[in-house]
Amino acid sequence: MNRLAFKLEKRLNPSPAMIAIVPLISVLLALLLGAIFLSLTGQNPLAVYATMFGEALGSKYGFTETLVKAIPLMLSALGISIAFKMQLWNIGAEGQLYMGALAATWLPLTYPNLPAYLMLPGMAMLAMAAGGIWGLIAAIPKAIWKVDEIITTLMLNYVAILWVDYLVYGPWKDPKGFNFPFTAQFPGAARLPGLGDSRVNAGLVLAVLLAILLAVVFKYSRWGYELKVIGASEQSARYAGMHIKKKILVVLFLSGAISGLAGMTEVSGIVGRLQHGISPGYGYTAIIVAWLSKLNPLAIVLVSILFGALQVGGYAVQVVGVPAAVASMLQGAILFFVLGGEVLTNYRIRRAQRGEK
Amino acid sequence: MSWKRRSAFFAVMLVSLMLILAGCGGSKTASAPKSPADSPASEEKIKVAFVYVGPVGDAGWTTSHDNGRKYLVEKMPNVETTIVENVPEGADAERVITQLAEKGNKIIFTTSYGYMDPTINVAAKYPEVVFMHNSGFKTAKNVGTYFGRIYQARYLSGIVAGKTTKSNTIGYVAAHPIPEVIRGINAFTLGVQSVNPNAKVKVIWTNTWYDPAAEKEAGNTLLAAGADVLAQHQDTPGPMQAAEQQGKFGIGYNTDMSKMAPKAVLTSAIWNWGPYYVKTVEAVKNKTWTNEQYWGGLSDGIVDLAPFGPMVDEGTKSLVAEAKQKILSKKWDVFTGPIKDQTGAVKVAEGQKMTDAEMLSFNWFVAGVDGTIPKN
Repeated sequence: MNRLAFKLEKRLNPSPAMIAIVPLISVLLALLLGAIFLSLTGQNPLAVYATMFGEALGSKYGFTETLVKAIPLMLSALGISIAFKMQLWNIGAEGQLYMGALAATWLPLTYPNLPAYLMLPGMAMLAMAAGGIWGLIAAIPKAIWKVDEIITTLMLNYVAILWVDYLVYGPWKDPKGFNFPFTAQFPGAARLPGLGDSRVNAGLVLAVLLAILLAVVFKYSRWGYELKVIGASEQSARYAGMHIKKKILVVLFLSGAISGLAGMTEVSGIVGRLQHGISPGYGYTAIIVAWLSKLNPLAIVLVSILFGALQVGGYAVQVVGVPAAVASMLQGAILFFVLGGEVLTNYRIRRAQRGEK
Repeated sequence: MSWKRRSAFFAVMLVSLMLILAGCGGSKTASAPKSPADSPASEEKIKVAFVYVGPVGDAGWTTSHDNGRKYLVEKMPNVETTIVENVPEGADAERVITQLAEKGNKIIFTTSYGYMDPTINVAAKYPEVVFMHNSGFKTAKNVGTYFGRIYQARYLSGIVAGKTTKSNTIGYVAAHPIPEVIRGINAFTLGVQSVNPNAKVKVIWTNTWYDPAAEKEAGNTLLAAGADVLAQHQDTPGPMQAAEQQGKFGIGYNTDMSKMAPKAVLTSAIWNWGPYYVKTVEAVKNKTWTNEQYWGGLSDGIVDLAPFGPMVDEGTKSLVAEAKQKILSKKWDVFTGPIKDQTGAVKVAEGQKMTDAEMLSFNWFVAGVDGTIPKN
């Protein structure tokens, strides 16, 4: 019976103002923590932040490059959000992205002479099918035997990465590439058109359209409503006559399909070939993006741009002598504070009374 | 677990994941790319940039390049250098290189093979900037490549390993099955077998350049399989530390790794990029630079063996010195026949030397290697 014990007590009605302001304050606190760290290492935090966001958002080139980073984050986070709505913890966006990249690559390698109007939609459809199937592999044991999808989706990431490695080191290796681990370069028809002379590709348009579509589905459709109900209480959903098993299959398929599309935009729009290490962890960062956006598709678009900017800016500040780890540290701090802020929005801290547990 | 508790559990997992990720990127021993302070303002500064695939503190590949950069700054006070570390080989490289060109750098060294296409793409947009790509094969008007015949140093280190092993099993922790790594394994094995034909070299692929934990784990696996000397083609001293902890021996790579595992490291096959960086920057300054494909060896000093550990005996040292003289004489090189492959078939006939093109696209193991290469 410790007198100094504290207790979290649920707030019955968190105020709407708090819900809106707390995330903003959390981001500011994270930046403040970063600033303290930067000053301790002898940097001027304001100058560093100015460079960071100036490079990432201030110039036309920087901004387009921020969008380049944001595209795969957006698509994967949108995919993740569908599953998370139903409290299906799909950690497998990274693997779904890799399988999407793999399937998209098959088409130009096998039929290099297809015209763009067949090639690009074909690649996109193959990528979505492959990402979706990768989701289904975890969905089926989940639906039938309740096998934990956190574990299966996570493990499938490694399997997908190994598949890509197998192909780029083996059968798909560019014959003219001195045995380096990448495929031949795609023909022009397999390259997603860019916007202007930048590297921003048509994937951005797809991602934004998809975000709007999902926002509408989540808010107004019966299908979207069912996701929430199943997520909140599986039993009530069953009483209401919802087909939970079927929903698990469909949801994880769609979730994977959208992440798979991110793999296609990356190989087709950016790199122009499949290679080892095609994603520097977009699928994992996207989990954070989805979570911070509270699964709101439109917020995902903005948060993806913020995280894209953090990464672009993170490399840019190295030029003035700031270690690469600063950007990853800030990302971690933001997540930490936002989650902490979320707890304080929904709970209040109170000294425990005698006799309370 | 109820949904709600799972949700809380999940949030905790997420935070831990982030902390781990942040930790992974954080192994840096901040050495800011400050310019050498106050050189006379009479001459204009030459801005030179370096793009690194790992952190400068990896004690391996990236450290070897950064040592070269420091050497450059020391020898040419008029040079101002900028580094960007931890740059992934996918979408990010092109942006980082572009920004460095945009910032007025006159020479940009890109130090990983995955930067090949990005370097070529950016070079096309900045014709006045000189780009030097490390370890690739594509050149352009303003893009040259540079690399070193580390296989020569590996052959010499193989002699040390072959003389040291008691179990006749030597472990080799290897990054990726690409020609560069395969060539190194082959050269090392030929060195081992030149003094100890019964010894085998067992290879494990990690499929990563930089992953301290995985590299160390691979080292432990090889030790458990009976190896008593470990060699490595990795960017961190992980395998050497595994050998140290189990009281076994190791051959380091990239930099002199004896500091990280003093009781284990017999010697290391090392890179010495500094003089080449000075030569290149001077050539650009004097307008004599050409887009060459440089591949220097022991004779240029760009590759070498680190000093021997105290456990290496005099007999072994003189065998190494002898082999080194043979290579320096240029009459003989590591891949001079007869060389057999794993099946016993003669791949290089007696007295024949493999050409550079053949060595640069190596995709088979010599006899004595216990391992496989993914096939087409």
